[in-house]
Amino acid sequence: MSSLATAFAAARSEQRAALVGYLAAGFPSVGGAVAALQAMVAAGVDIVEVGLPYSDPLIDGPTIQTAAHAALAAGTTTKDVLATVQAVAAVGVPVLVMTYWNPIERYGVQRFATDLASAGGVGLITPDLIPEEAGDWLAASAAAGLDRIFLVAPSSTDARLRLTAAHCRGFVYATSVMGVTGARAATSLRAPELVARVRAVSDLPVGVGLGVSDGAQAAEVASYADGVIVGSAFVRCLLDAGSPAAGVRAAADLAADLAVGVRARSVHATGREPSPQPGEVAG
Amino acid sequence: MAALDELDRAATAARVDPEFTAELDRLLSTYAGRPTPLSDAHRLTAEVGGARLLLKREDLAHTGSHKINNVLGQALLTRRMGKPRVIAETGAGQHGVATATAAALLGLDCVVYMGEEDTRRQALNVVRMQLLGAQVVPVRTGSRTLKDAINEAMRDWVTNVETTHYCIGSVMGPHPFPVMVRDFQRVIGVEARAQVLDRIGRLPDAVVACVGGGSNAMGIFHPFLHDAPVRLVGCEAGGDGVSSGRHAATLVGGAPGVLHGMRTYLLQDADGQTSATHSISAGLDYPGVGPEHAWLHDTGRASYRAVDDRAAMAAFALVARLEGILPALETAHAFAGAFEVAREVGPDGTVVVNVSGRGDKDVDTAAAWFGLVTAER
Repeated sequence: MSSLATAFAAARSEQRAALVGYLAAGFPSVGGAVAALQAMVAAGVDIVEVGLPYSDPLIDGPTIQTAAHAALAAGTTTKDVLATVQAVAAVGVPVLVMTYWNPIERYGVQRFATDLASAGGVGLITPDLIPEEAGDWLAASAAAGLDRIFLVAPSSTDARLRLTAAHCRGFVYATSVMGVTGARAATSLRAPELVARVRAVSDLPVGVGLGVSDGAQAAEVASYADGVIVGSAFVRCLLDAGSPAAGVRAAADLAADLAVGVRARSVHATGREPSPQPGEVAG
Repeated sequence: MAALDELDRAATAARVDPEFTAELDRLLSTYAGRPTPLSDAHRLTAEVGGARLLLKREDLAHTGSHKINNVLGQALLTRRMGKPRVIAETGAGQHGVATATAAALLGLDCVVYMGEEDTRRQALNVVRMQLLGAQVVPVRTGSRTLKDAINEAMRDWVTNVETTHYCIGSVMGPHPFPVMVRDFQRVIGVEARAQVLDRIGRLPDAVVACVGGGSNAMGIFHPFLHDAPVRLVGCEAGGDGVSSGRHAATLVGGAPGVLHGMRTYLLQDADGQTSATHSISAGLDYPGVGPEHAWLHDTGRASYRAVDDRAAMAAFALVARLEGILPALETAHAFAGAFEVAREVGPDGTVVVNVSGRGDKDVDTAAAWFGLVTAER
């Protein structure tokens, strides 16, 4: 059982969804991101995603783009990402790296797998890698005992869902909408349907990302998904903060709000009713 | 992936559909002005002192470059797929103008993403696109050039894929784009090969083209691939010189990697981050290259060399004065490379240069370079 599996099983035993929190490594600094992630874990994040800052983040909206470019401008390297993983994993939480593929190729797929495992990381989320092109990574992840998370989208055909899920380990990442990352006022009506379609072809947990920014939305997603993935909203906390310390506090406060959300179950079981009002999910 | 699969199916079906090919052929001849001529460059040949130079005149195609060949094909495909909207990236603006043109012709909504830096240096083309009814979105992320325009166009596409076709302007991106764009551009080489045979009674010794993403080069190279004695030479943007690090010569100075949905050569740093590029030519200012060029480079069937800003501008001036042709700055790189190749081949040989586009859009840059007017900006 991987520690991702442990985290999902623990959440399931509490009849709730797991909370997955993302920050880009190196923003506002390498140490600042570590501090914020550790605070998020203390406030209820179950699984951590460390973003590897990349020059051309195609699936990311303006918030994560801004953080990634700032991290790169400050000189953040792949080694810094591994150091971030190590520091966060040390508090006893499963840590994934979310990365575009070219930096991994450049580092060396096998070498990265080995070094990630040594740092205590549990796997990779690879938004621009498809299983058909992932031969090196399938082999390296298997050898290093790492999980691998590929993405599916509402546009994915059943055949692609089956293929993608068959190559995932840990969980399947379902993007709730067609689009880029970033907080949205309303969560997607297509996400529940996509989760159901993944469940029809896979026994893995399904995490839903893109657009969740508060406890109410987290509760909504938690009603039909095994994991609620929040990225841009956390990054926004750090971007908007007047100081690194204030950013850490804001990210921890958001984590606490979301942690309440993922424990508020069955508010929105089918995804076809109107969005709940915040008052309906409190407590 | 679903959109790429849909596009692959549509493009494959269209290629063998006589109705589609007839419609495209009709537009290419009655609207785009094909076939484009093959011009003898007598004065340039005499000046350079090498092989006879023959110019394939894509600058005379409607909208002023080869880009229209691909865009008419993709616009017809867009209509065939029932999508009402096209988006495009553009560097020099030639692909954006061509896309806006085809969108106007076929009644499609059109949005063009263009790096803010490029909207400044290719301001004429921004106005042309707007006059043609397109919305031009300046891209302010990253290096604010072609690479970032592609990023933004891809983000738009994943968001609006059900209503929108992404009309990629070069032989790049995920499958099926490199193959599809090549096939739409092959008409250049098919015509050129027949025209050369007709003109000189044999194949040329070399074919030379500029390479950014590489669509005009792929279009003219491809029909010559099996003509082993014909040298195929691609000219990349050398910027301030490859040794300076300020250039966009991907095959000459790059390494394999993955970007924009393709595995190819990239200009990148030790961590796999895309490098900043530089070229005086906005259309060549791109850190990647079409994957089929990477293949031709690796197999040795084509060779690639860097032409720096200085050599390209010297060629630009020479072609203007001796042939009465103002080439695009991109094309000026092909001319500079062709002069070298013509000397290598010698006076008994023949070299075909793909004149990929006209240079009206570049007069501000050229004026500043040659000190012809007092720069007001």
